[in-house]
Amino acid sequence: MAFVTATRRLLHLTLRDSPLRTAAVASPRYTTLFSPGSTDAPGASLVTAARCVRRRDFTTCTQRLRSDNKVTVHFVNRDGEKITVKGSPGDSLLDLVINEDLDFDGFGACEGTLACSTCHLIFNEEVYEKLGPITDEEMDMLDLAYGLTDTSRLGCQICLTKALDGMEARVPESVADIRQSQDSSS
Amino acid sequence: MSSRLVTLRKAAALSVLWTSGRRVNRLNGVVTRSASSVANQKVCVVGAGPAGFYTAQHLLKACQDVQVDIYERLPVPFGLVRFGVAPDHPEVKNVISTFTQTARHSRCCYYGNVNVGKDVSVAELMEAYHAVVLSYGAEGNRSVGVPGEDLDGVYPAKDFVGWYNGLPSNSELNPGLDCETAVILGQGNVALDVARILLSPVDLLKKTDITQRSLDALAQSHVRRVLIVGRRGPLQIACTIKELREMVNLPDTKPEMVASEFEGVAEALKDVPRPRKRLTELMLKTALGPPLEKERLRRQAASRSWGLRFFRSPLEVLADPDHGRVAGVRLAVNRLEGTGDGSKAVPTGAVETVDCGLVITSIGYKSLPIDPVVPFDPRKAIVPNTLGRVKQAAGLYCSGWLKTGPIGVIATTMNNSFDTAHSVIEDINAGCLDVSSAKPGSTGIGPLLDKRGVKPVSFSDWEKINKEETRRGEAQGKPREKLLDVEEMLQMART
Repeated sequence: MAFVTATRRLLHLTLRDSPLRTAAVASPRYTTLFSPGSTDAPGASLVTAARCVRRRDFTTCTQRLRSDNKVTVHFVNRDGEKITVKGSPGDSLLDLVINEDLDFDGFGACEGTLACSTCHLIFNEEVYEKLGPITDEEMDMLDLAYGLTDTSRLGCQICLTKALDGMEARVPESVADIRQSQDSSS
Repeated sequence: MSSRLVTLRKAAALSVLWTSGRRVNRLNGVVTRSASSVANQKVCVVGAGPAGFYTAQHLLKACQDVQVDIYERLPVPFGLVRFGVAPDHPEVKNVISTFTQTARHSRCCYYGNVNVGKDVSVAELMEAYHAVVLSYGAEGNRSVGVPGEDLDGVYPAKDFVGWYNGLPSNSELNPGLDCETAVILGQGNVALDVARILLSPVDLLKKTDITQRSLDALAQSHVRRVLIVGRRGPLQIACTIKELREMVNLPDTKPEMVASEFEGVAEALKDVPRPRKRLTELMLKTALGPPLEKERLRRQAASRSWGLRFFRSPLEVLADPDHGRVAGVRLAVNRLEGTGDGSKAVPTGAVETVDCGLVITSIGYKSLPIDPVVPFDPRKAIVPNTLGRVKQAAGLYCSGWLKTGPIGVIATTMNNSFDTAHSVIEDINAGCLDVSSAKPGSTGIGPLLDKRGVKPVSFSDWEKINKEETRRGEAQGKPREKLLDVEEMLQMART
């Protein structure tokens, strides 16, 4: 645990001078610069950000650690079929869907930038509790998701950790599917 | 601090996906295959906006024996993703990389600069293709229908958005921005986009793909106050929370709300669904909540303001007697009959006037008929359909806003387009669509266009335009500087 914390701090430091920082400054997405409407604890998005950014550094310098530490995720697709894949700590669930070439139609349309709700996933309560804090911006997007539940999250905002090993994530049915099944039954 | 990191995280996510075409390709679910076999089923899609591309994507994926041709009136693709999505929402435009993968698919072909209904008829397309999917969107503007709507200084939001987004037909709009107060009629996301663009510090906009022409005009703008007017109450507001939060957080602006319009709102909140509840809570907090010190100081220093005005319907746009320009709006004061989504605005008889020099009407887009052979419901302004199958017209389908009316976010259009594609595939498999006889597809349409002097723009032609726009943008520190003129686009495509 101490190692993880230290790594996090270290990475946070290197991040300050990394090109990613330049990318962020140059990013035209400025609207979240100040958030008086925010109800989050101030550190919440910082933690998530540090977690997500960590991935980049692990990919480049800690290959061995990665392979030793795979996290198993069971996706349940729209047909109720279970698909089990393994990902690396720090990868987001959206990354995992892309890397593993999982065929969830339309998943991740905005490419993980919190501008749509197509990577909506549903968890059981126990897993949901472990997923960490949720930002207002993620909640805002989730509010537009079909079949929103109390344990819904966006896959692009969930980064894998060892603690999540064996988790189940369900891809919700789209409204079209629901309507179609109703249509055929009538 | 934490918010900056949110931005950072987004940028990080972006950089990973932008650098890897393979990932995007997989994300799309469309795997490019060799063009060794010729597809037997010919489907064409009319309109290269999100509905057209999502329909094509699903068709290509679900059926290995289908060729999909996309016809687009303009030389450039992507419809409202290019001309509707606000310039300061670049993340939403990421869908373009998936559309690009679809357009480059070996069984997909893009034909820009083809005006269906004029250059080629829907009947001709139906002759050449097994199925025709109409997804040309909603290019009309619903009018408010009050006296003074045609005055100088009144603009439909669609045109105003088209102007700052470089839609060729709106590039000469040159809206007058030499007044202090602007009134926007309507409270949907388009209304909030317009308000945000009017009030955003130019330093923020200049890093976006907003056209230089409109950026220059906005830099000279005198507009300091924007009122966003709706006929019903806070619980019925049409915008989504993301857009509202952007207003709340917009630098150098402060909210200017009317506390009394929120009476009873907090009490009514306990039974509403979460999205409506969170949206309303943010409004309440902005309107009534005493701001924290930091926010109080921010508001104090702000030079511009925005406000929501509820329970008001426009009666007349008033003219300045000397110049014939807009001088104000006369509004009827309403009360609500009933509760929730189904409630109705009923005039109380009271009337008030708001002084303003600019009026933007933003009460919705509407689809227009393009060809008399296609059934059209003028009241709903849609093509009547069942799950995308046009009623009483076998082989004809519709998707996107033409199918549902102009509502929802991009995910809504995505689902509704997948849905239509699903109907097409189902009909092919069930034998409802006769695919046994060979159809010529684009080889049947090409000679017709040629005869009529229409030269289609291919997707690689578009990529030339794209490259030039990116190059021009780079010179100004913008992601793109759009070409504003169709002739110039065509010239660039043919270099």
